[in-house]
Amino acid sequence: MLVTSNSVFTLYGVKLHSRLMLGTSQYPSPAILTEAARASGAEILTVSLRRESARLKEGQDFWRLIRDIGARILPNTAGCYSVKEAVTTAQMAREVFGTPWVKLEVIGEADTLQPDPFGLVEAARILSADGFQVFPYTTEDLVIAERLIEAGCKVLMPWGAPIGSGKGLNNVFGLRALRAHFPEVPLIVDAGLGLPSHAAAAMELGYDGVLLNTAVAKAGDPVAMAGAFGRAIEAGRVAFLAGPMESRDMAAPSTPVVGRAVLT
Amino acid sequence: MKLVVNGELQEIRAATLAEAVQSLDFGEAKVATALNGEFVPARARGSTPVKDGDRIEILAPRQGG
Repeated sequence: MLVTSNSVFTLYGVKLHSRLMLGTSQYPSPAILTEAARASGAEILTVSLRRESARLKEGQDFWRLIRDIGARILPNTAGCYSVKEAVTTAQMAREVFGTPWVKLEVIGEADTLQPDPFGLVEAARILSADGFQVFPYTTEDLVIAERLIEAGCKVLMPWGAPIGSGKGLNNVFGLRALRAHFPEVPLIVDAGLGLPSHAAAAMELGYDGVLLNTAVAKAGDPVAMAGAFGRAIEAGRVAFLAGPMESRDMAAPSTPVVGRAVLT
Repeated sequence: MKLVVNGELQEIRAATLAEAVQSLDFGEAKVATALNGEFVPARARGSTPVKDGDRIEILAPRQGG
């Protein structure tokens, strides 16, 4: 039987086909964002909230663009360094975007943009109790993951590497352990990917999906790169389902040894 | 009365947050509001008084990762 990747997966009760979640920031133009989003096949786009100018009303134009693409919206709390900021931003996003979904970021350090795990867990608890469906941007730490699940999160989004760094999977061992520890929890690698091969590697580990932005937006041709990521994620998913071989330290001949001619 | 709107000091005549948002020309724009750091839902803007020196945040959809 042919193994395919087109199995449906579920995030907070929503059935999805694409395992790519795409950010909407830093594209060369709105038109390229639209084209890249379509080329990627992503069914979920991340967005943010920022101060609106009454004169320019940039947010209104952006909202029309996003609405026309027609994907499901995942608002983030990017740039929030405290529980209070993150919770208030999430409340504002719920009203504007009309969704209980929130990609919860509580940043702990400006150079690495790594999450503040203490604030993250606290904010996740407050928001989950208030009816939000929280997608926490976290690390691969198992204990924090446990706390987030206790706080009400039904999806976890560990980083691959620092946001915007393009480094790929910094801690494959940790990500593999997280996958093994939470076989039933949807896990999305969020942040730090630079290449489609990084995304494929995450999927080969058994991750349920990938969230990325900069790697597509800052590519020479974002539309082509979006398509490449879409295909890499699908390939990685199929590879995971197909069951990768065990790696080994020494060579093992693939051509039969028996029947080898003696030609000396 | 002086209000700090999105970080900028502005002279505005308004008794409520709804009047402030209206007088700032946001009309029917898709925005969310906060007053002095607390979220104020759209339905509560009309019953939320504003006073001199209040800080108002008016946010709208924007690109995000």
